Amino acid sequence: MSKFKKKKTGDLPAISTASLPDIVFMLLFFFMVATVMRDSTLMVKNVLPTADQIQKLDKKDRVMYIYAGQPSSRYSDKYGTQPRIQLNDKFSTVSEIGAFVLAERASKRQELQNVLTTALKVDGDTKMGLITDIKQELRKVNALKINYTTRIGDYSKNIE
Amino acid sequence: MRRSSPEVNAGSMADIAFLLLIFFLVTTTIETDSGINRKLPPMEELEDPPIIKQKNIFTVVVNKYNQLLVEEELSEIENLRSLAVKFLDNGGGKGEDACDYCQGDADPRSSDNPQKAIISLKNDRETSYKVYISVQNELVAAYNELRNREYIRLNPLEGIDFTEANRRFSDPRTNSEEKERLRPKLRVVKDMFPQKLSEAEPSKK
Repeated sequence: MSKFKKKKTGDLPAISTASLPDIVFMLLFFFMVATVMRDSTLMVKNVLPTADQIQKLDKKDRVMYIYAGQPSSRYSDKYGTQPRIQLNDKFSTVSEIGAFVLAERASKRQELQNVLTTALKVDGDTKMGLITDIKQELRKVNALKINYTTRIGDYSKNIE
Repeated sequence: MRRSSPEVNAGSMADIAFLLLIFFLVTTTIETDSGINRKLPPMEELEDPPIIKQKNIFTVVVNKYNQLLVEEELSEIENLRSLAVKFLDNGGGKGEDACDYCQGDADPRSSDNPQKAIISLKNDRETSYKVYISVQNELVAAYNELRNREYIRLNPLEGIDFTEANRRFSDPRTNSEEKERLRPKLRVVKDMFPQKLSEAEPSKK
């Protein structure tokens, strides 16, 4: 009699959590591989507009980045709230773009120097005046391939 | 007599790994590296710019209140794509200007053929970048719509459209054999609807 009872009262065996670290490590490695660390800290507000007719920029070594937008709140005391350009790690004026492009171009391998693309990462609330100025500067140094970097989404998200 | 050493408790391993995972989740951003590709015109001015008939130009003006003027008419951005498609696909030309693949209305007051049709975009310095990108997006969409149509018509067995083919072509993982196969097909469709999107020089103010 007691023989049967003993079996019934036996606790459920605890679920082994021994493989949990492995699962989490797997996730961790996925994120480490899939994400890219920014090489320059953003000092401007950078909410990109959305578009759906986009092309991917695949080769990272052929791209140089120009950021523009309102200085983020940390810098707004010093730099005001007017949209500004950020090149590498500092705020710049429009006239510095030419020198920046030439320096970037010189730092790339010879065979890539003619196929560089300039990615414009501009905040959606910026006025076109600044972008027109940037484009004029890029034309002056013959950096004609540009890419307006956008998020993927319908254009109607821009207007509301 | 040997005593077996006590086993290290691995229970906190998961916690440590979680901590690392959360750290990476917070600090990294998945970089967006896609957008609308454009080519700027070179700086030097043409000596004598070619004369273009007014009917072959599709003017889009965005003013500083982000309002849209399409062909001299106030218009909403929702209609821009269909208006541009209608203009590009018009095919109103006669004789050597005729366009045998256009499916438009052949209105003599609109563009002769897609090779001649030019979209001219002009914006104010006060225009918002968001709106500008939306307009660019819709104009590119108009070209893509027509190119997709022609690509599918010319290559019905392939099962992909122009955008997909172009994506495969520019993907570095595609092998060169496939690229060589796609190149002429893309070329044909690009020549049928060349992207002639001109931006006005910034007006001095």
